[in-house]
Order: sequence, then structure tokens, then C-alpha cells
Amino acid sequence: MSDLLKMTAAQALSSLSKKQISSVELTTAYIEAMEATHELNNYVTSTTELAKQMALDADKARADGNAGRLAGLPIGVKDLFCTKNVMTTACSSILNGFVPTYESTVTSRLWESGGVMLGKLNCDEFAMGSSNETSVFGPAINPWSARDGEALSAGGSSGGSASAVAAGAALMSVGTDTGGSIRQPAAFCGVVGLKPTYGRCSRWGVVAFASSLDQAGPFTRDVEDSALIFSVMAGHDAKDSTSASMSVPDFSEAINSGVEGMRIGIPGEYQMDEMDNEISDLWRQGRKWLEQAGATMVDISLPHTKYALACYYIIAPAEASSNLARYDGVRYGNRIEAETLDLMYEATRASGFGEEVQRRILIGTYALSAGYYDAYYLKAQQVRRLIKQDFDTAFSDVDAILTPTTPSAAFSLGKPVTDPITMYLNDVFTVPANLAGLPGISVPAGLSKQGLPLGLQVLAAPFREDRLFSVARTIELQAQFSLAPARAAGELQ
Amino acid sequence: MSAFVQGRTGDWEIVIGMEVHAQVVSNSKLFSGSSAVFGASPNYHVSLVDAAMPGMLPVINTECIRQAVITGLGLNAQINKYSVFDRKNYFYADLPQGYQISQFKHPIVGEGEVQIELADASTHIIGIERLHLEQDAGKSLHDQHPSKSYIDLNRSGVALMEIVSKPEMHSAEQAAAYIKKLRSILRYLGTCDGNMEEGSLRADVNVSVRKPGEPLGTRTETKNLNSVRFIMQTIDYEVQRQIELIEDGGVVVQETRLFDTTTGMTRTMRGKEDAHDYRYFPDPDLLPLKFDDAFIADLKKDMPELPDQIKSRMVQEYGLSSYDANVLTEEKETAAFYELASDGRDRKLTANWMSVELFGALNKAGLELSSSPVSPMQLGDLVDLISDGSISGKIAKEVFADMFETGKNAKQIVEEKGLKQVSDEGSIITMIDDVMASNQDKVDEYRSGKEKLFGFFVGQVMKASQGQANPGMVNQILKEKLKG
Repeated sequence: MSDLLKMTAAQALSSLSKKQISSVELTTAYIEAMEATHELNNYVTSTTELAKQMALDADKARADGNAGRLAGLPIGVKDLFCTKNVMTTACSSILNGFVPTYESTVTSRLWESGGVMLGKLNCDEFAMGSSNETSVFGPAINPWSARDGEALSAGGSSGGSASAVAAGAALMSVGTDTGGSIRQPAAFCGVVGLKPTYGRCSRWGVVAFASSLDQAGPFTRDVEDSALIFSVMAGHDAKDSTSASMSVPDFSEAINSGVEGMRIGIPGEYQMDEMDNEISDLWRQGRKWLEQAGATMVDISLPHTKYALACYYIIAPAEASSNLARYDGVRYGNRIEAETLDLMYEATRASGFGEEVQRRILIGTYALSAGYYDAYYLKAQQVRRLIKQDFDTAFSDVDAILTPTTPSAAFSLGKPVTDPITMYLNDVFTVPANLAGLPGISVPAGLSKQGLPLGLQVLAAPFREDRLFSVARTIELQAQFSLAPARAAGELQ
Repeated sequence: MSAFVQGRTGDWEIVIGMEVHAQVVSNSKLFSGSSAVFGASPNYHVSLVDAAMPGMLPVINTECIRQAVITGLGLNAQINKYSVFDRKNYFYADLPQGYQISQFKHPIVGEGEVQIELADASTHIIGIERLHLEQDAGKSLHDQHPSKSYIDLNRSGVALMEIVSKPEMHSAEQAAAYIKKLRSILRYLGTCDGNMEEGSLRADVNVSVRKPGEPLGTRTETKNLNSVRFIMQTIDYEVQRQIELIEDGGVVVQETRLFDTTTGMTRTMRGKEDAHDYRYFPDPDLLPLKFDDAFIADLKKDMPELPDQIKSRMVQEYGLSSYDANVLTEEKETAAFYELASDGRDRKLTANWMSVELFGALNKAGLELSSSPVSPMQLGDLVDLISDGSISGKIAKEVFADMFETGKNAKQIVEEKGLKQVSDEGSIITMIDDVMASNQDKVDEYRSGKEKLFGFFVGQVMKASQGQANPGMVNQILKEKLKG
């Protein structure tokens, strides 16, 4: 069982079906890897007993000829997904000890397909952050180390989900992306992160941050695995009114179809002054690879890009301020007793929410309040429409858009959290896709001078994840990126 | 048209607007599958969505949309094919989400109207501003424990229609007529049971006063009134309070008030400065609600006849008085009872029997029409017996009393008690001859001009027949015979 942790999901499925390995063996290897990488702080709850049972069940199902599409594959879950009988906290003290009686639609689909749950993964509190440092459990740590050896952020908000897959502590994982929370940590940790089209994956049972932007998606070692797990997660759910009633296609062809004849847009507005040179270089390299593979590169303009961040930081906090009102100490989670109802609310929410969450609730409350609504929220919604129109226009000419995922490689822990604005800038390339509801994927494409992974982002028109897979797979083949973080579990090192 | 109120400084005009919350008749709640039935033990009908558990999402219950559109059609209102659900944000212990899902800028129903009729037979049109759908909150129980409040979420998420009138009522009587008419329409439509005691219909009443011709005065809003009487009391009290306040040199403050059912007075609940900033914004968990003309047309097709239509039919086709028609159409059940009872027979006679005898008896017994011991068919049969001369109106009252008491059919009672009217000329002549023979002195008096003795003879004949002689025939034959 020497190479168990190195296998991609597709390889593991092949070995499982050939009876070369069992799910119990595979799962045990991952449970050991979780323990070995414990210091990375990726898991906030381990469900090892449940995992062993699910692995046994998966092996039995396979022996009986009833194996689901993910049968026996160990998967980690961001702590934002409600999981039945397993504590779900959104990495917030206000939900400390909360154990749902229900399972989110997305995770239900994983388990129904035979997936094995390893545990709940660290993230920023209520997914608010880009470094995983707002988590009440402390940050997930990036398994990659810079040459100076400083501990690096795994990114956020789905830091634990990205780090665990990179460190060999999960074969695959699921996270959520509201402004880049899948793609940015995927880029930082050197794994593939997919943010599907808004409405592709049900939001039912996922702790809400910003309802019009939130979307669940997977972290995987490669593009093929991304398509595999995505096709299980996606699909209409009557319990989510914003879920799209569209069938999910078979992506196996898209993965291998290449980019021959495709037109791929390069948005001029994404060339930022503050961007590291090595990011520009990587982007240029990406263009070259795609050209070599037969795509036509097209300069395009997305003129309202510069307003995207400002727009996002009005809309997301506004929705959050309302979404988080339910954490009031009345029915579940933490309550700080006080003399009156209002005092109980104040004490409970002041102690239960961290600083960043409180900041965003305040911003959002302000943006929605009487006299400011038109100037902030309404204006932001108008700008949002313009941003979407930019993309609509672009996609009438191109099949996909190529950009960097982040303006820099992973940063050191402890730095950005002191300055929220710098932190917000991290989302500059990822936020537009959420505002426009587009699918986006980050694929590892190279290393920085410091030896850290860098990602390229591919965007496509709504419900054209197939194009993302074609382009990302082409980049993946050309980049020959090697997942070799310094602090991974044994066999991955 | 509006009656002014006399103050110390002259006439005052009252301006009233009403916001009515009507609970939608539906099996399940507005955004969850839980039962919306009233009266279960606390927290029995609460889903994960109703309790606002993390990650739960609302899904629109189409039945509630249909009910709102049907109501809009019943109010002759503009139906909006595009409407939006907004979040109204505020904190309260019985509001699990921390916001109420309501409709703010784009309600499902726009302007409409309701026609009311007052005691003086004058009719008035009261404009409807809008109707929107929203969730009800749960219930806080503050009297169950010395230091704790209990929360019952059964009502949390139940669909309400908020029906907002224009400020077009000018007296407590108009307001009462409006709420009664609205309730009647809702019941006919089957979109709200109109039960004010259970709280499925409640009103917030806005009252202001002004000197005739002047701009609108500052209004107060008195919340959550759940009876017609309370609405009228609130208006009377507020009108007096506001007029006295202004005439004493004070000003009316825009505020929310509460009605005290024991004193009949209103008092400040919260002032304008304490008013919530609800931070309305479109609920991102729900897409805008859109439907097409076919959806509306489908509902239109199955619209029941409404009280105004039935009333005009009763007046025009059945020849009923406007008053009788009003009484018979106020409640859907009454109209249905009447239609059944009067079908194929004397409509006016049936209306009289229903509104006088049946309602009188029900009132006396403290019964609702729905539990009437006399069925529509039974009442109809009784009317038939009167119409075909089998029994007299007087006997019919006796028979009716018996029917009400025992639930027996009129025919059976008439037969058992031998009450069938005697219309046989021969027997009536015999009875008259007998009476005349044994009262020869009175016959002589009558013939010499004391004609008021006629009533005496009628009484004697009726007595002899035990009330069963056909009074018309008795009159006629007696007159002939007495002439000599």
C-alpha cells in the first residue's frame, strides 16, 4: 500500500474496482495521514469511526456490485456543510456544540455515491476571510513552506479543504466559494479548486454567508477528479429555490477534448499594477500553452472589473448581516444569559462572533439601513448587473477566459489579518465570477521564486463547466505541476 | 358624504385606513411543508425551516400564491405577474430567522376596491392600496413562568395576506362595514377563514383627524385588533383623544398604539423615534415570483360568485329587498343555505322565513347556522306547505317551532298533530253555520251595523277548527253568510 496517498481519485477507483486495494485500506491510510498532519490544523472534527464504517460499507457495496460513483473514496468536508449527527460550527464560537439533525444536499449526494467522510475541515468563521485566520479554531496551515520556512496561510475561506487535499490528508474535499473561497486556497495550496455556476450545487444545508454568491465546489488533485466529484455534487434540488433545474452532463469527453479551435479571452483589466511579476509571467505562460494546444487568444475588455471588489464588499456583508441574524442564542448554539432579551442578544452575539464577522455584520447593516440603501446596496446591485453584462458580451465572442487566480502566492500567517483591506484585495480576480454567477476553476500552473504554487483561473459562461475542464486539463498537461509540499503526510513528501 | 364630528372649535373630519392581516387558508406554511393548522400543542408544527436552523432555505408554497391571486381577483384588483419577496429585518425571540419574509416594493396584488353598504342603505367604495404575502411570526408566551418567556413556533412561517386599504373611511361605522365586507369576501373565496377570535383576521387601524378641506392630519396606528367591536372602540377613542388634544393646543404624535380591551382605551406602544429600521432588501434565497396570464385565467375560471353579485341577483331575479339580500349574503353559508331552501319555490316567502323565524330561533338558542336543527330542505318543505295552502302562516310558526325542537320534517309534524289546514268548503260552511246558529244575537247585531263583530266570528270559526281552517276561505264565506 505504498502509493495509496499519491493516487488521484480516478486511480483509486480503478484500483478499487480491480480489487488491488480496498476502501478500508485507503481510508486507514488517510486516517493515519490526518494524524500525521495534525499540526496543519486542517480538521476541526475527525469522524474516523464513521469513516471506517463507511469504508466497510463501500467495500461491501463494491463486492455486491452496487458501488456508487465515489464508492470508497475518502473525502473531507468544510465545516460550513451541515452534517447529520456530526458537529457543525462554521468555525464560529456561536455554533459551538451544534449538531445538526440533517445532512446538506451536497454531502448527502457524496455519501449516497459511496463517499467516505473523514471529518470536518477548518475554514474562516462563517467563510468570512481569505486566510482561514478568522476561524475560532485558529488557521489551517499551508503544507507548502516558503524557502525561509515561515508558516504560510492555506488561504481562505476554505483553507482546511485545500490544505488537507494538498497534504494528503484527504483524497478530495468540498468547500464553498462566495468571493474566491475555493479558488484562492486551491491556488495557494497547489490543488484544483472548482467554483461551479451559481445554482449548480444546492445550498440546502450549507451555513449561509451571502446567499446570492455562495456556491459549493470541490478540491481535488487534478482536473479529472474535479469533474468526477462535481458531477456527483451538482444537480437540481427542489429544496433550494435558486438551484438550477438543468441536467448535469457527462464531463469525461470534455476533459480530453482539448482546446483546439477555442477562443480564449484575456481581460486587459486583470493586469494589475500591484501584481507580482511572477504572476504576470505565469499568466503569459498560460497563454502560450493554450496557444500551443490550438486555442486562439483574444484580448477582451471587462470594463467594470475595477468596481467588482467594492460591489462585493457591499453585497456580501449586506446579505450576511441578515443571514447571521438567526444566530441569536434563542434556539441553538451558544447563549450568554442576561437580564433582558436585548441584552441576551448583545452578550451572545458579542461573544459568539469574531471580529471579522462582526465587522461585516456592521458594514452590511449600515449598507441596508434607511437612507443608505440606495447609495450602497442598490448601487452595488446595479454595478453587479454591469459586471455580468461585461461577461455576457465577452462570452458572445470567447469560449473561456484565462486570468491569474490570485495577485500573489500564499502569504505568511499573521500578516494580512491586521489589515482587512489588503486581505480583501486578495479576492480581486475571483470575486467577479461570483457576482456574475459564472463557473471558475483554479488549476496549479507553476511555482513562485519562493517555491510556492501559483494558480491560473479559467472562467466560462454559466453552466459551461465542460469548457473549464477542457481548458484546465490542457494547462494541467502542459504545466506538469508536481504536488510536493514540504509538510505533507509521509508518502506525499 | 362623510359625517363630521362636532368639536369645540367646529367640525372635524375623520380619516381611517386599515391594514388587515388575513391568514391564508392552505395546508402548509408559506415557505415550508409544515402544517398551518391552528390549535396544535406548542411547537408541534415546526420544520427545520420554520425554526431557522443553519442552512435552511425557503421554498414558495404555490397554493398560497394561488390564494393571494384569487383574493386579488375578488377585490377587483391589479394582479402583478412579477412580484418580489423581501426580508424585513428585526430581532425578536419569536422571529427565528431574524427577519420576516414579506413583500415590500413589488407586492403580488396592486390597487383594488371593496364596496360597503351602511345602515342608511348608502353604498361607498373603499379603495385597496395593495395586498402582499408575508410570513407570520411565532408566539411569545410571557405568563407561563415567573422569569422566562416561552416561544411557540407553530404559527412561525404561516402565510398571511396583508391587505392595505386607502385612507378612505370616515367613520367607525364605515370601518366596521369594511372589515365585515372584507371578511365576507375572503370567506366566499375560501382564502381566509376570517376567524377574528383565533387571530386569523386582525387589523391595524390608522386614524387621523382634520378640519374639512385641510391636508391630512398626523395619524396613529393601533395594532392587532381582533374584533369589529374593538376596531370601532379604537376609532371612537382615538378620534376623541386626537380632537381634544388638538383643541387643547397639543399635537398628535405619529406613533404605534395598543388597544386595551378592558378599558376601551389606546395607549402608546412605541414612538416614531423607536420605530424599527427594517432594512428591507430582496430575499436572495428566493427568485422573483413570476407567473403568466394563463395562471390568472385558470384561477378566474373557478372564481366563486361573490356577495355583491349574489345580492344583485337576489334583488333583481328573486325580488328580494336590498336589506334582505344583504342579510342573506353577508355569510357564504347563509347564502348557500338560502339558495338551497328557496330553490324552486317562493323566494320571497323563503327569505322571510329564514331571516325572521330561523335566525330568530337560532339567535335564541345561541346556535350558528351551520348547526341549525332545521336543514335547508326542511325549511323549503315548510314553505311549500304554506304556499300550497296546506297550513296557514300561523300554524306554520307552530310547526316550525316543533321542527326546530325535534328536527322532524314539517309534513310529519302536520300529520302527527293533524294540523293540516281545512280548505274544504263544505266543512268550513258547516263550521260557520254552527257558530252563527249559536250566536244568533251577535249575528243580529252585526246585521244592524256593528260590523266590527266580524273579527269575533272569524275567531270563533278558527277556534272551532282548532286553527286549521283556511283563514282566507273563512273570511270570504263568513262575509257572504253574514250578509244574510
